[in-house]
Order: sequence, then C-alpha cells, then structure tokens
Amino acid sequence: MDWDRVYDVLVVGGGNAALCAAVTARQAGASVLVLEHAPKAFRGGNSRHTRNLRAMHTAPTSVLTEQYLEDEYWDDLLRVTGGQTDEELARLTIRATAEALPFMEACGVRFQPSLTGTLNLSRTNAFFLGGGKALVNAYYATAEKLGVDILYDTEVVSLQLDDGFVRHAEIISRGFPRRVRAKTVVASSGGFQANLEWLKQGWGPAAENFLIRGTPYAKGRVLRNLLDQGVASVGDPTQCHAVAIDGRAPKFDGGIVTRLDCVPFSIVVNKHGERFYDEGEDVWPKRYAIWGRLVAQQPDQVAYAIIDSRSERLFMPSVFPAIKSDTIEGLAEKLGLDPAKLAETVRGFNAAAGHGSFDNSRLDGCHTEGLTPAKTNWARTIAVPPFSGYPLRPGITFTYLGVKVDRNARVLMDNGRPTANLFASGEIMAGSILGKGYLAGFGMSIGTVFGRIAGREAAKHARN
Amino acid sequence: MQETETTEEARRALEICNACRYCEGFCAVFPAMELRREFATGDLSYLANLCHNCKGCYYACQYAPPHEFGLNLPQTFAQLRAETYAEYAWPKPLGAVFQRNGTVVALISALGIALTLILTVLIQDPTVLYAAHEGPGAFYRVIPWWLMTTLAGGTFLYALLALAMGFRNFWRDTGSSLAGPAGPRPVATALHDILTLRNLGGGGHGCNDRDEAFSTQRRWFHHAMFYGFLLCFASTSVATVYDHVIGHPAPYPFWSLPVQLGTWGGVGLVVGTAGLIWLKVVSDQAPAARNLLGADYALLGLLCLTSLTGLLLLGLRGTGAMGVLLAIHLGIVLSLFLLLPYSKMVHGLYRSGALLRNAMERHAGHAPASD
Repeated sequence: MDWDRVYDVLVVGGGNAALCAAVTARQAGASVLVLEHAPKAFRGGNSRHTRNLRAMHTAPTSVLTEQYLEDEYWDDLLRVTGGQTDEELARLTIRATAEALPFMEACGVRFQPSLTGTLNLSRTNAFFLGGGKALVNAYYATAEKLGVDILYDTEVVSLQLDDGFVRHAEIISRGFPRRVRAKTVVASSGGFQANLEWLKQGWGPAAENFLIRGTPYAKGRVLRNLLDQGVASVGDPTQCHAVAIDGRAPKFDGGIVTRLDCVPFSIVVNKHGERFYDEGEDVWPKRYAIWGRLVAQQPDQVAYAIIDSRSERLFMPSVFPAIKSDTIEGLAEKLGLDPAKLAETVRGFNAAAGHGSFDNSRLDGCHTEGLTPAKTNWARTIAVPPFSGYPLRPGITFTYLGVKVDRNARVLMDNGRPTANLFASGEIMAGSILGKGYLAGFGMSIGTVFGRIAGREAAKHARN
Repeated sequence: MQETETTEEARRALEICNACRYCEGFCAVFPAMELRREFATGDLSYLANLCHNCKGCYYACQYAPPHEFGLNLPQTFAQLRAETYAEYAWPKPLGAVFQRNGTVVALISALGIALTLILTVLIQDPTVLYAAHEGPGAFYRVIPWWLMTTLAGGTFLYALLALAMGFRNFWRDTGSSLAGPAGPRPVATALHDILTLRNLGGGGHGCNDRDEAFSTQRRWFHHAMFYGFLLCFASTSVATVYDHVIGHPAPYPFWSLPVQLGTWGGVGLVVGTAGLIWLKVVSDQAPAARNLLGADYALLGLLCLTSLTGLLLLGLRGTGAMGVLLAIHLGIVLSLFLLLPYSKMVHGLYRSGALLRNAMERHAGHAPASD
C-alpha cells in the first residue's frame, strides 16, 4: 500500500452505497480507494442483511410484476414518513430506481422471483438471489475487477475539513494510524445504530438493553466527526427504527432470523406480567416497528408474548424455540415472571376475549370487551395447552440522523453552502429522504441511487 | 436413521435457514425445507441428499463463520450424507466401509488389479500376459471366458442387489410424509432434474464451484463424467449382446459400435473426472467436508483409471502389452463393480431418490403430513 498516493476518490465505508459509488467512479476513470471498517468476512455493513430493493417500473420486468409508478411510490413514501421527507430528493431517487436494476445486473447482482415470506412484495421490490450478502459479494468482485483498491479492517477516524474542503482522512488501518489523501471523498459509512453510548443520548440507560439487528461496525464515527465540523444535519438525532424481535437474539448481527411474528395472536406482558398495548391493532408488518418502541418503554426493555397451542403455526417463528409449559404458571416460572400475576392477567384476558369469530387470515374483529388495554383483533382466549412464550426486545435497525446533501450528493454545510469535495451516499444521508418510518427495500434504493450519483459526481470533480 | 451430532447440527442449521429463507432461489433444498417446521432425521437425510453441494448458500450466508451462528450448510450436509451412506448400506455391517472410504476404495482397487493378474498367471500359462494376441476371442486367450463372465456378472449382479436394498432403506427412512408410489409426472420431473443437473444451476447463473465467483464448470465436468459413464456402460452392454447372443466375441474393430461408444465414453470419463479432481484441488476448502475428500478422490480416481486403462488397452491391443493391460483394466472394472454400493457412487442413487421425492412433493403441491 502506497500511503503517499493521492487517489481521485476515497470512499469511506463498504456497504451497498459505498460500493455503488466506488464502481461508478472507477467506471468514470477515477482511481478509487475503499476503506471498510469491518474485516472481509463481515464486509458490507447492513447491506449484508438486506434482501430487496424497491424499484419503480412502468412495465413488468424479469423479476417485477405489473407496474409501480412514480406517484404511487411517492404516495407510499409520504404515508410512512408522515411528510418527513424531501420531495425533490425523494422523486429523484424514485425515478432513478428505474435504471438501478440494469446497473446492478451489470455488476453481477442476480435477482430471483419472490417466492415466499410474510410480505408480498413481488410487484414493488426486486429480490436479490441469496440476499444482501450475495449482492455485496457481487459488488466487491466487480470493484476488484475494475481495479478499485480496497482496505478491510480500516476505520476512518476523521475527515479533516478546512473551509468545506476535505484535506485528508485520519484512519486506523489494521491497527496502525495512517493518513490518506484524495481529491474527493464519498462518505458512505452508515448511521450510528451500533453505538450504544450515542443511543443513550436519546434513550437514556434503556439503550443498554437494545439489540442491534445489523453490523456492529455502524458506530457513526464519521457522521459525528462531520457534524462536529459544521456539516448540516438532517433527521431527528434521537430517533431510530426499532422493531420487536426475539429477546434471545445476539447483541449484534442477528439479522432476519430474530424476527418474531406471533404478537397479533398473543397477549404481550411486561416483566410485571401486565399487558400494555393492543396486540391486535393491525397486521404485523404494519405494527412491528411500533412494538419496538413499545417494548423499549417497558421496564428493563423486555416483554413476553404468550400464545396457546392453537396459534403455534399461524406465524413465521424466530430461530429460537418457543418456551413451553402445560400451565400458565409453569410458563411464567420458565420466563421469570410472577406465576400468580401472569395467571391473573390471562384469566382477565380470557374473560374479556372472544367476541367475534377468529380468522388469522384477515383483520377479524374478534375483540375483547371491558378490558384495558383492549385487544381489537384476533382476541381468542389463551386456553389450550401447551402454552408458548417468547421474550421480546427492541431490535435497532437504523438511525435517522444524517448529513444533508443536495441533488448531486454533495454534502452541505450548516450555513447552506456546499462542501468543496465531499459527497455522501447511503444511510449517512438517508434521513433527508426517509425522515421517519420505514418502507421495505427503500434503504437499498437510496443507497444505490445516491451511491451512483456520488460516485459520478466525485469522479467528475476529481478529474476536472 | 438415528440421531447423531451431525443430525443435531443439521437440524440447528435448518432451523436458522427456515427463519431466514434468503437462499430459496438457489436450489430445490430450500423450498423443500420451507414445507416443514420440524425436521425428523428422515427429513434431514432427504434434504442432505437433495443438496448438490453447489455452495451458493454458503457464500450468500450472513450467518456463515465467523458469525457466532457459524452456519456452513454445504459442509454439514456433506457430513450428513456420509452418515446416510453408512446407514443405508446393505448388508448393514458393510456401512463401516464409509468410515474411511478413500482408503477402502484404494485398497480394493489395488487388490482387484493384483487378484486379476495373479489369477491369470495361476490359471493360464504366464506367457499369455506378454504375447501378442489377435482376432476374435483374443481377450479370452488371456483371461478365459468363464472366469471373465463369472466375475463380471457375479459382482455386477451383487452390486445391483446391494444398491437396490440401499435405495429401499433410503426410501423407507425418508418417506414418512408421502404415501403411495411415484406417478409418471413426478418420475419425468425427477429424470429431467437428474439428467440436466438442474439444481447445479444456482437459479440459472452458475454455482460457486471454486469460490465466491460463479461458474458452470462443475456441472459440465459432471455431465462429461456421467454421460461418459453411460456410454461406457452402453458399450459393455452392446458387447455382451454381440458376444453372448450373436456369438461375435471381442475385440471389435475401431469403428464398431461397442468401441465407438467405449472410446467416446472413456474420453468423457477422463475429461470429467480429471476436471472434477482439479476443481476439488483448487476450490476454497471452507465449505468442504474434509473427512469426505478421501471418498471423493478415490471414486474419481477409480473412474479415471477405468477409462484411462480402457483407452490404453484400445490403443495397444495389437501389441504385447495387451495381456497385462487387459488384466489391469479388468481388475479395475471388477473393483468398480464391487465398490458400486460401497463408494461415493451411491450418492447418485440417493440423490436420484431425493429428487424423485422432491418431484412428488412438488406435484402433490401440499405440505407433507408432518407439518
């Protein structure tokens, strides 16, 4: 490694957005260095855990059915964000997803028809064959073939900004502090969801009990560094996307298998054995994010979903087996709950439940009467042993705080002026477009689209 | 089959896979897995034998080592397959040969060659080995007709019986979920899957033959080997009919049907087995099951030797080298026949069975009874 070399483009990060930027810049003739914090085996950031990309299309393609037009896509985004978005950047992103698939295929990303799963997304989302890690592998292979230099185990500590111009990057590469210079820099180093200390600033000590669904390398170090140097921020600094997942998941990187879809057919109690929210408010894909927040607000950030044997097969299980017992009291003991209290909660629920006929395939209106909080759908009694329990914890997917960019992916300063040679793509700037909520496959859309824009603009700037 | 550490690990792996399902586009294993929530040992055996070891799922896996889940499905399945080979072997005690299969196959092959040479020398005048022989029945002047047919026919019929019993064991063990015989449509689907190696397609883009990159080399080498083997078998069958039915004994001229079939089949076998050995040598060892490499190399080597000595025999049959070469070639063929039920060769049997069961499941279009 020639540490004195001045690259045209330095890409900070190693996920989808970073690789799209690196490949695009290299294809435009720029020399490119990618710095990935993770070791090779864990490269790819949270892209490793993704599965699909939401793509606009005016006619059916090999992997997408019917059509999905700009206005419908925009409406979907508007609904989940409640208006916390930037229409210009959002529509630009949406339109560009129409050209994303051919680019991805040219980079060796392979798609599959969507087959199964709890969400039916075959019209709106293109599924990667083998998932996000296969996509990441394809991009790295393409980048290597094109002559992009890649350093793993290399963390960027600081980008030295001087009046909006990045002078150099301070890095730690395989344990050694180094300095790297480049004509332009693309920051694609993700959010700060794996930084528990930072999460505590928004959530207090409760954040200690959060599980991080994705990469442990998303510490937000570059994001913090840039914001501290006067770069404009977007997004609520305290907010993160949290879903309720199996409480037995590993602290980091548990990914998709820790999801738990049983809540609508269960009662959920906190560590005191008390219910705290309507479990049957809506279908699970529309409620799992709310439940992340709800569990985070409970004592010790833990809750327990309890079902009876009739509901065992109504949902996709998590990877961990259900905790079972023939009695509610026995189950409470295994879960570490007060047996008498849990039995009382279940008795109270059963006495109020069962108004209407149960049908797991739709919002059945089967509800409780005279119970607080009510359960408004699928309120069938918890009565047929064996009973199953699953612990729930908040699983953090991503954070919303980011740097502000313009339509050319150029990072903006607090005073509204553009930086001279700094671009951003991916989660580090996604808060501009997705300021709240979540839309399946849209993070990959933003990363791919803005990665390509950042790569193109950085290369153009460096070559001028 | 019985529970072992491997079945336990395979179950743990499949329970992770079944909660993830990102790999469902790769091959038949994952859609078959998704039909189940619990995995009995028979289900594990079925899925392990359905796996074509394309390794796509390993390189795509977010839970592969060094992730703490440490998922390595191709390796786990390969180890489990080896256990199923021992489990279903007939007669049962001979399942032990799958413990150190590379050594056993190599030893039996060496013994086969030695035995043929020794028997020839004992029964015949030793000089037949070195003299040139020509004309109809030349081969029988080296190894007498009765010996050749007794050994070849006897070992082959025994192998067929042992293979059939092994298949029966596999079918019973994995068949709890489906009743009744296979209909014509599942059989046709299974045949198509077997003959095209559809599941070595990685969803149409190739497999991870060597590493993260995709290729179709393994599929084509296997085709060369498989169809080469079939051509050689056809050659032997035609020659048997010529000799025993129409009284026209070998050797046959180069342009005759048996020699043409055997020559091209032999070439296919050499190319296919050499290619597969090369792929094994250069491929990433991380998803490989090291304890099975012996069995793999031994069978590939034996098949390669069978065809090489056959081709050499063809080339040199007019010279004094014919006698020794014939004895060696027949010794190897004898070993191959004997080892059919006790070598990696059985993978074809159980793979075909798993593909047939899979075709039945797909045509039935419903979850098995265990779900």
